[in-house]
Amino acid sequence: MKVAVVVFPGSNCDADVAHAVEVTVGASVEMVWHASEFLPAGTDLVILPGGFSYGDYLRCGAMAARSSIMKDVKRFASSGGLVLGICNGFQILTEAKMLRGAFLPNRTLSFICRPCALRVERDDTPFTLRYKAGQVVRFPIAHHEGLYYLDKDELDAMEKRRQVVFRYATPAGEVTDEANPNGALNNIAGMVNEGGNVLGLIPHPERASEPVLGSVDGALMWQSISEWIKGGGAH
Amino acid sequence: MNYRTLGLRDKEYDAIVEGLGREPNETELHLFSVMWSEHCSYKSTRRLLRLFPKEGKSVVQGPGENAGIVDVGDGWGAAFKVESHNHPSAVEPYQGAATGVGGIIRDILAMGARPTASMDGLFFGREGARSTRRLSDGIIRGVGDYGNCVGVPTVGGKTAYDPSYDENPLVNAFCLGLVRLDRVIKSSTAAPGQVAVLIGSPTGRDGIGGAAFASVELADETKSSRPQVQIGDPFAEKLLVECCLELVELGVVVSMQDMGAGGITSSASEVAAKSGVSVVIELDRVPLREEGMAPWEIALSESQERMLLIVQKKDIELVESVAAKWGLNCASIGATTPGDRFVLKYKGNVVTDVPASLLGGECPEISWPSLSPEDLNARQSFGAEQIKPSKGWEDAVVSLLSHPNWADKSWIYEQYDHMVQINTIVGPGSPVTLLRIKPNGRFLALVMESDPWKCHLDPFSGGAETVAKGLRALVVCGAVPLGMTDCLNFPSPEKPDQFWELEEAVRGMATACREMACPVVSGNVSLYNETSKSKILPTPLVCIVGLVDSLEDFLPSGRWKEGDRLFLVGSPGGSLAGSAYQCVFSGKPRGVPIPFDAQKEKAFLERAAKTAKGRVAESGRPLVGGGLALALAKEAIESGIGARVNLDAEAKPLSLLFGEGGPRAIYAVPPDKAAAFCRIWQGFPVNRIGKVGGSELSVDGFLKIPLEKLIQAWRRP
Amino acid sequence: MRYRASLLIYLKEGVLDIQGRTILRSLHDLGYGEVQDVRVGKYLRITLEAADESAARRQAEAMCSDLLVNDLIEEYSLVVEEEGK
Repeated sequence: MKVAVVVFPGSNCDADVAHAVEVTVGASVEMVWHASEFLPAGTDLVILPGGFSYGDYLRCGAMAARSSIMKDVKRFASSGGLVLGICNGFQILTEAKMLRGAFLPNRTLSFICRPCALRVERDDTPFTLRYKAGQVVRFPIAHHEGLYYLDKDELDAMEKRRQVVFRYATPAGEVTDEANPNGALNNIAGMVNEGGNVLGLIPHPERASEPVLGSVDGALMWQSISEWIKGGGAH
Repeated sequence: MNYRTLGLRDKEYDAIVEGLGREPNETELHLFSVMWSEHCSYKSTRRLLRLFPKEGKSVVQGPGENAGIVDVGDGWGAAFKVESHNHPSAVEPYQGAATGVGGIIRDILAMGARPTASMDGLFFGREGARSTRRLSDGIIRGVGDYGNCVGVPTVGGKTAYDPSYDENPLVNAFCLGLVRLDRVIKSSTAAPGQVAVLIGSPTGRDGIGGAAFASVELADETKSSRPQVQIGDPFAEKLLVECCLELVELGVVVSMQDMGAGGITSSASEVAAKSGVSVVIELDRVPLREEGMAPWEIALSESQERMLLIVQKKDIELVESVAAKWGLNCASIGATTPGDRFVLKYKGNVVTDVPASLLGGECPEISWPSLSPEDLNARQSFGAEQIKPSKGWEDAVVSLLSHPNWADKSWIYEQYDHMVQINTIVGPGSPVTLLRIKPNGRFLALVMESDPWKCHLDPFSGGAETVAKGLRALVVCGAVPLGMTDCLNFPSPEKPDQFWELEEAVRGMATACREMACPVVSGNVSLYNETSKSKILPTPLVCIVGLVDSLEDFLPSGRWKEGDRLFLVGSPGGSLAGSAYQCVFSGKPRGVPIPFDAQKEKAFLERAAKTAKGRVAESGRPLVGGGLALALAKEAIESGIGARVNLDAEAKPLSLLFGEGGPRAIYAVPPDKAAAFCRIWQGFPVNRIGKVGGSELSVDGFLKIPLEKLIQAWRRP
Repeated sequence: MRYRASLLIYLKEGVLDIQGRTILRSLHDLGYGEVQDVRVGKYLRITLEAADESAARRQAEAMCSDLLVNDLIEEYSLVVEEEGK
């Protein structure tokens, strides 16, 4: 599997996610500078990593969404290529209009970093084949602006199309307000586009991908993607 | 311009005139006033700092560089240092703390290391007071916003509240970075014919005279005449880190300095003095953000997020192209030539021409008079053993657990990204932080310790205890200590009793370091932490770095298992002098803390190391604040299981339950390993005190507290 | 000509403004019971060259839709004037 990790000025989880896909599924990783025009040939998966692209100045992800490489990322996605945006990467995907929605500051108004229980809503996306719908996984979160927002009509429509893939939940899998760390609408932690090939995710699977880090729940995501690619599911 | 108004003493001015062979001009006077300030020159403490042992088999770089380096195996080193940002944080808490974090990250970067982990020692005034809330909110946000954005995890630290910090909050920022030992960058390697390059943010009037400002008491008038607050830009810092590391990787960096206190002057003259070359700086070439800056302002500006690089002429284009890629300013501002001069030129004129070694290193030392405090007897004489808990033992435990100093700190550290870079194995909230070293598969163990209350009562044993606490924690968890960095936070040294405290504390620390073979590789001194109304307690803070070869060798805390036998090693009782119990229940530290006993400490460390290596325990925790009672409570809370404890009723209950000081620890040992455990601890006091199990913590004859209640108290809803 | 575009960006009505709500609560706690509502926004001052004022406004509006404003959650008000006025 060939993975392109896009590096924006201020990305800071780029090396982490590269490490995770290398050690879990032996992916070959290329770091792609934001100012590049094209993704490397043969890319199977594009990852927009977490961090503070452009310092989170103006709006999280706003300036990164307009960088040069994003044109090719959009082209890649529209031809069915897999794109995963994690944390700031998810914010970039919404700012680039590759996913609907926007992000507001956490309702605690503070940065939150801790492990978080998530319920897997769908196990039929390329990113979640190895999970079981209803399964509870633990990924760390680390963000200041993770309150997913979309106006009610659109949100309902999106729910109807089953675009939500992960929700904040209790360890027992109940989706409650107490289990929602940031106030995201409908406890949304991760969602796909209508085509199911672009996933935005606020929590960090790369921080839960090795036994030494205390959880391997995130490794299943890399295995899912790898399996999908091997199965010829890609574009 | 009178030199006295710039803070220079008569003797110092005379030394400048003698060194120059003439009177200094105005620009030079400004430069000397900053470079010869306490903050930059350590003139009051140099004599004391020589007491610290600096040699050790793991030491690659001792004090004198931007950071110390210890060998962590397989060609890799850990560069680390702790530095204070107390004065700026008192004036502008958010920016003060943020730029403190930024500054220490650049110190680590200057060694060619990738900044890998931060820790912060924060000391606030009484909890609940409005001013404390304002300062602590700002400082915690400042630390978090900067560290989070720059992508260096904040993996541990220390937070304490005491009225002595009401007007003098302390912010001590620690950073550690990993560096390949064959890529270490030093300030002594520049040669004539090279170019000085300034990379990073444009220069404004920020923090001019900040170093001098940090070297006086905060008087009311200083607050209005204070230097412009330095503003931190963590995004620029992130770009600067990546840019400089890319240049190090390309092998084009001859020498590198961060621009902290003293700005261009400090960084450039340091390279000159250490490398034995002259440096000529053209101030007109410095990219500016403000108009009308005087030459001395450009030379001393403390604008953040800038680095000075010395590179070969042939590499200039490459350096410029890498800086451009990261969107950073890059300007060749000077050159190295043979000699020992520090020269500043501005609009074609020489505005400064002084010996670099004079500016950087020859400030005369000051020997302040030292006298033991008049009230020392009163401090030490209190019959500390007398105070009984008025509402019973259970209430005492709950009160300590819910006191801000000893309660759960997750409300702070969850605002910090402590996981980025995915190396954090055991994060904040534990006695020891454990990080993996990705390149060699080993692990780093980090601790931060301080004990201002005991230092107040007996600075020598308090200083020694501070170091010993850190070493005990490391060795109990199975780490081999490699080296230490320290930050000496004290009030003005100009009062004889205060200087005596400083001197004694350093002697105590140095003695402990020497006896326990822990070299000091870097450090920082922050004096004058006082106002007309209050002064801080003597607050030496240490960070010690240890190495754990494999995860199997690591003995965690908070891992009690049903049926484990509980052992207390070390003297059954401690002292209440300066203890958590005393602080909570009498409000004032009084009495004589347990004196440092090198033989006992060594005997303890030797056995603790064998315990971890022999894998005979499930969980281990040295006794610190709150003594045995809090150690039991915290183990129970973290393990999620209770215990029944039976203590020797002969000992005095207060010192038994809440006494502190000296080498003591509790271990949870599986029944089949109890014999092996006892064999290891032969020749040292060891008592079986109970058994793990149930959902309450009970100490026969004293208390019985449901686990739920302990957790609730500790989390302070 | 040089123009100055003053841009005030705030959250749309209906989008929960948590900062505003928190500041409102603090003001009430401090005894400012008369405060009815607080909205938090951001202010950008852009200096630009343009042929005339309406061109300057058109350019500023284009910047808003290209980058400065996320119309899913934000709205803005824009004042354009000649610099120095």
